[in-house]
Amino acid sequence: MSSNSFAYNEQSGGGEATELGQEATSTISPSGAFGLFSSDLKKNEDLKQMLESNKDSAKLDAMKRIVGMIAKGKNASELFPAVVKNVASKNIEIKKLVYVYLVRYAEEQQDLALLSISTFQRALKDPNQLIRASALRVLSSIRVPIIVPIMMLAIKEAAADLSPYVRKNAAHAIQKLYSLDPEQKEMLIEIIEKLLKDKSILVAGSVVMAFEEVCPDRIDLIHKNYRKLCNLLVDVEEWGQVVIIHMLTRYARTQFVSPWKEDDGLEDNEKNFYESDDEEKEKTDRRKKPYTMDPDHRLLIRNTKPLLQSRNAAVVMAVAQLYWHISPKSEAGIISKSLVRLLRSNREVQYIVLQNIATMSIQRKGMFEPYLKSFYVRSTDPTMIKTLKLEILTNLANEANISTLLREFQTYVKSQDKQFAAATIQTIGRCATNISEVTDTCLSGLVCLLSNRDEIVVAESVVVIKKLLQMQPAQHGEIIKHMAKLLDSITVPVARASILWLIGENCERVPKIAPDVLRKMAKNFTGEDDLVKLQILNLGAKLYLTNSKQTKLLTQYILNLGKYDQNYDIRDRTRFIRQLIVPNEKSGALSKYAKKIFLAQKPAPLLESPFKDRDHFQLGTLSHTLNTKATGYLELSNWPEVAPDPSVRNVEVIELAKEWTPAGKAKKENPAKKFYSESEEEEDSSDSSSDSESESGSASGEQDEEGDSSEDSSRDSSSEQERESASQSDIENERAAKRNSKTRGKGDSEDRKKKNEKSKTSDSSNAESSSIEESSSDSESESESESESESREVTKEKEQKTKQDRNPLTKDVSLLDLDDFNPVSAPVALPTPALSPSLIADLEGLNLSTSSSVISVSTPVFVPMKTHVLLHRMSGKGLAAHYFFSRQPCIFGDKMVSVQITLNNTTDQKIENIHIREKKLPVGMQMHVFNPIESLEPEGSITVSVGIDFCDSTQTASFQLCTKDDCFSVNIQPPVGELLLPVAMSEKDFKKEQGMLTGMNETSTTIIAAPQNFTPSVILQKVINVANVGVVPSGQDNIHRFAAKTVHSGSLMLVTVELKEGSTARLIINTEKTVIGSVLLRELKPVLSQG
Amino acid sequence: MPRTQKMIHSLFLINCSGDIFLEKHWKSVVSQSVCDYFFEAQEKAADVENVPPVISTPHHYLISIYRDKLFFVSVIQTEVPPLFVIEFLHRVADTFQDYFGECSEAAIKDNVVIVYELLEEMLDNGFPLATESNILKELIKPPTILRSVVNSITGSSNVGDTLPTGQLSNIPWRRAGVKYTNNEAYFDVVEEIDAIIDKSGSTVFAEIQGVIDACIKLSGMPDLSLSFMNPRLLDDVSFHPCIRFKRWESERVLSFIPPDGNFRLISYRVSSQNLVAIPVYVKHSISFKENSSCGRFDITIGPKQNMGKTIEGITVTVHMPKVVLNMNLTPTQGSYTFDPVTKILTWDVGKITPQKLPSLKGLVNLQSGAPKPEENPSLNIQFKIQQLAISGLKVNRLDMYGEKYKPFKGVKYVTKAGKFQVRT
Repeated sequence: MSSNSFAYNEQSGGGEATELGQEATSTISPSGAFGLFSSDLKKNEDLKQMLESNKDSAKLDAMKRIVGMIAKGKNASELFPAVVKNVASKNIEIKKLVYVYLVRYAEEQQDLALLSISTFQRALKDPNQLIRASALRVLSSIRVPIIVPIMMLAIKEAAADLSPYVRKNAAHAIQKLYSLDPEQKEMLIEIIEKLLKDKSILVAGSVVMAFEEVCPDRIDLIHKNYRKLCNLLVDVEEWGQVVIIHMLTRYARTQFVSPWKEDDGLEDNEKNFYESDDEEKEKTDRRKKPYTMDPDHRLLIRNTKPLLQSRNAAVVMAVAQLYWHISPKSEAGIISKSLVRLLRSNREVQYIVLQNIATMSIQRKGMFEPYLKSFYVRSTDPTMIKTLKLEILTNLANEANISTLLREFQTYVKSQDKQFAAATIQTIGRCATNISEVTDTCLSGLVCLLSNRDEIVVAESVVVIKKLLQMQPAQHGEIIKHMAKLLDSITVPVARASILWLIGENCERVPKIAPDVLRKMAKNFTGEDDLVKLQILNLGAKLYLTNSKQTKLLTQYILNLGKYDQNYDIRDRTRFIRQLIVPNEKSGALSKYAKKIFLAQKPAPLLESPFKDRDHFQLGTLSHTLNTKATGYLELSNWPEVAPDPSVRNVEVIELAKEWTPAGKAKKENPAKKFYSESEEEEDSSDSSSDSESESGSASGEQDEEGDSSEDSSRDSSSEQERESASQSDIENERAAKRNSKTRGKGDSEDRKKKNEKSKTSDSSNAESSSIEESSSDSESESESESESESREVTKEKEQKTKQDRNPLTKDVSLLDLDDFNPVSAPVALPTPALSPSLIADLEGLNLSTSSSVISVSTPVFVPMKTHVLLHRMSGKGLAAHYFFSRQPCIFGDKMVSVQITLNNTTDQKIENIHIREKKLPVGMQMHVFNPIESLEPEGSITVSVGIDFCDSTQTASFQLCTKDDCFSVNIQPPVGELLLPVAMSEKDFKKEQGMLTGMNETSTTIIAAPQNFTPSVILQKVINVANVGVVPSGQDNIHRFAAKTVHSGSLMLVTVELKEGSTARLIINTEKTVIGSVLLRELKPVLSQG
Repeated sequence: MPRTQKMIHSLFLINCSGDIFLEKHWKSVVSQSVCDYFFEAQEKAADVENVPPVISTPHHYLISIYRDKLFFVSVIQTEVPPLFVIEFLHRVADTFQDYFGECSEAAIKDNVVIVYELLEEMLDNGFPLATESNILKELIKPPTILRSVVNSITGSSNVGDTLPTGQLSNIPWRRAGVKYTNNEAYFDVVEEIDAIIDKSGSTVFAEIQGVIDACIKLSGMPDLSLSFMNPRLLDDVSFHPCIRFKRWESERVLSFIPPDGNFRLISYRVSSQNLVAIPVYVKHSISFKENSSCGRFDITIGPKQNMGKTIEGITVTVHMPKVVLNMNLTPTQGSYTFDPVTKILTWDVGKITPQKLPSLKGLVNLQSGAPKPEENPSLNIQFKIQQLAISGLKVNRLDMYGEKYKPFKGVKYVTKAGKFQVRT
């Protein structure tokens, strides 16, 4: 009872404290309304005083007590003026408590609340993101219509804030503003659209929430963000995951065609659906005979799977319903295990999960059958849990397990929880009707229960037996007799009514007993329950019709009693029956048919699960739990017959670029076209002007704030992004490691970084790349690539010409690679070519859908920064030269390999007129030299490009590097891997091409290495380090494919690494250029088998 | 027309006697009278356990949980996944537990300001904002006696004034700048046996549910990997968000940057397909005579497959039938109590010594004239075995990356009875 605030009070002053103490007591245990009221008044007075005081501690105390009042649900509104003054308090706790107060009472005191607004407006500009965010939070929580424009402005600004935390709060504020003033919908949708593009995992959940609230029908806003959301999903916080998964479930049902095919003959409408589907297929050539899942559909299913392992029951349930509603039926099985796991949780979770399982188990028994025993009931379970478990057990019952189940039911019937026992009897009845083999067993079991001591059990048994007998009336005279005897003892009305009905229905089978029963009933007709009375009347009528000799008088007696009954239903029924059965002048034609009417064959009742039709509600929703449509429930649409255009989900490059610019500002100022054109120019100029110093020590690695760069040049902004991504890479690694999609793991990219650093100086042939890895790519991608290539084939030539513009992958990577040419900002640490894992994931996500024709040159996956010495400074009299292969298509000629040469002046004098002379090239080889360099300052360094056509051979290009005074003979010998350009192609194309390059054109070898070297990321890393090849998306975990073409002749070079059992693998190379092929094989082999 | 106000609208905390002792509204105020529907449902349900978690009222939906003798009743206006709300409410209760050591009415009332501040941070406009304990503790410091004294003198507060970096990072579960002089990492592998044993002593159903609880006090940003000797045992696992799923998928190694402090790393299930060793057996003979006002009660407990470890902390709880008036029993070991009101018999046995098996024998007094009970009561058994994980799960090693120091590491194994029921 003694609160913290009470403790403070004691210190704040003697007399006051005691008084407060009393009040604190009264706050907690209200004694009498009157006394309380008066003390409230007094208290409020001194609270006001405390709030006016200039001591923070007094104010804080006052605020704490006020919050206490609010918590109790007491009215503290009259303190509003005193409290609102403190909104600008320096003390952060006072401020927070004032916020609490303000949000609670602003609606009631709108005018006064306006006084506080300017404080928030100021706080919205605060440099501290926490303050900005909380100001926005409170401002948007004040439900005062007059400030709507201010809120709108604040939200707009916050949506473009640099801090993702503030943007998250902006997303929350959208919903608040919308509920305050729905008129603002259109403008809010604009903000939502913008925030949906946000790449931060903080924002994703909140903005989707806002989307669901404000414009759930604007599914078009999701298209472009679909893949991003799928890829981010694993990393979003758990609550956001639930919201996103539910939204994506709805999305999938509108955008993809049904994957439920072969196993779906059950439902008629589904069948029709497929028939029409077939017709459809004939018409449209896009659709193939066998169903192929849209890769985006697969992406969603694949990326949600790990979330089944979440600790959060809501997430698991969300994934479960997603699988239930959108995955192929054969795959939905994996959810059962996780759902069964949730049954260990607290009773509320159990309750919801069991309800959902009950619905599922009706349609697909097989899913939960292996877990049958997990639904066994414990005596300690709450009744509601017990009945749900029983429901599921009934649904799962079949010929095979029914005997086990019946034994289990026997225990339940004896339970002390009679409600549960009764439910069990119902269950036994249902099993008996569903499974004909056990009907008799069940029936005799139930008959045994008729002698049970407990009346509820007996009554329930009677009711169930009645239903069972109705199905096979002929054979059970004995049971009916037995039940007739029960009438003497049993008192439960339903049971008595059931027995009477049964006797009436079978009165011709028990001709001796029936009239006697009627006699007994007539005796105490008046004392019976209404339900029983109605059945007595029925029985009388039936007997009158079949056996009027014995029962005429009795029936008339009963009819007379009924005529004056207190209940009008009974009076009604009496009159009706009398008219029908007792022939008189008035009764007309109907009485002729009385017998037919009363003794008609009645259909047996169907004993069905109460969960039978619940599945028309989306699982896991409130509506499903309540079995009625809740307010705001969004229907799950039926699958479309023809999938809407899948290309709407394709993301253009700019999207990606934007996502990598950290701030909202940068996005705005980079309109797509400008960005492109500039970057291309930039690329050209940086190549040709060839004056870079990328290897030097110009560590421009300042992480200066993001916003400023973008305007001056796109090159800057791209390198900015670059660095950003590098600096984030630790965090990225975190994410990547958990990521489901094909990403590299942590150790991997770290390794790469390390390698990059090393390779500047040492000649590390990446031996250290043993790393912790992540496995990648699920088996599904095969179908993806197939469908993709079928549906979106683009001609080869066109593709090659336009690749720079069209292929996002290409574009993005080349943007990043600009860094290598960039004379100004090339960082020494060279984090660049190693794409951050998440970027790769995104790129691959994109790659799934973007067009890929048979041979289209893509950009290098990886550019090793390994440099080779061209001229040592000792032998070059102070002039040092290094070269490396930039792996870019050469700008000087299609058939040339691009080589970057970095020249360093290590002397203390200028070196003048550096140029190339006396090329001694083997036949056919050509070389494009750089323009002479007029002078190189001491300590200066410059990078130039040359192009060499090696004619697809590893022959040496020799030439002289000359200065004003000296000439030095140097030569460049290309590693075979550099004579290639990566090619993007689909797995299908790869296989096709490979099929044409067999026999002589195929070389292969077996590799033996430790298993950790055979993880996908390690293999990828090693291969692309050695050779400039492109990665081919693979549908199998154990096969890795790479494709490239030779620079000179453009012949295909296909590399396959096929993992075998144990620690062996097969390396296969298919190419027309057999010489290069075998050289490459020889180079790759040791690298791959290295630890 | 706007579909107003998704998610959690208001929260009421109600104690067992039906007093609403705290309310919090995240949107406009909902009158307390909405709880009347809840009370109605509560009355209808025989006991607290049977109050339906989801109640529909004309204008709202009430979703409630029952925890530590308190009801957390949330008010919802529109469609929302019920588990979302339930899970969140439990998270709130967990947070109270974490902050105040217990989630009781007294603790909540004593700390009403902190409770309010917490609720404010945990939910914004009805949508969860910060629910990670590490983040909350940076925003709002938990109360300690020392701090409340200091605060009252200096006027400083429990509220942090910087945004926890975790909230912005991709490791939202770990607070920044953790420093310890002693760096320790402890793991408790706790396994519970859920079983139903039938009359004849054969196992109807048995499975093992396990958790690994961690107490990590490590400075900086440690990156841990925990590997098992026999990871394949784990049939179904759920993870704390810190665990890298991919590592587990590919290598069966738990790799994670841990939160600071206590947390549950994983929970797992060892499937019922594996044979589960049942460490105890019970011999029982309970009989009620027809037409007589007494019955006999006799149970004996013995060790079965206990892997050579001592079984301790044994308690037997029996819900006797309603007609039982009293029981006169003699235990050979431990002590027993029988509550004639709730009809619950509790026998606190203690340890089993194989030389002399503990037993409990005696007479049962029945209400005279009442029919004899239909069924014998089930026995619920609790026990504990130290230094044993009954599934055989063994931690292989714990490695730490990212930090230089050498942490002190420890793993403890315990096996307990979970829902362990013997039908008689």
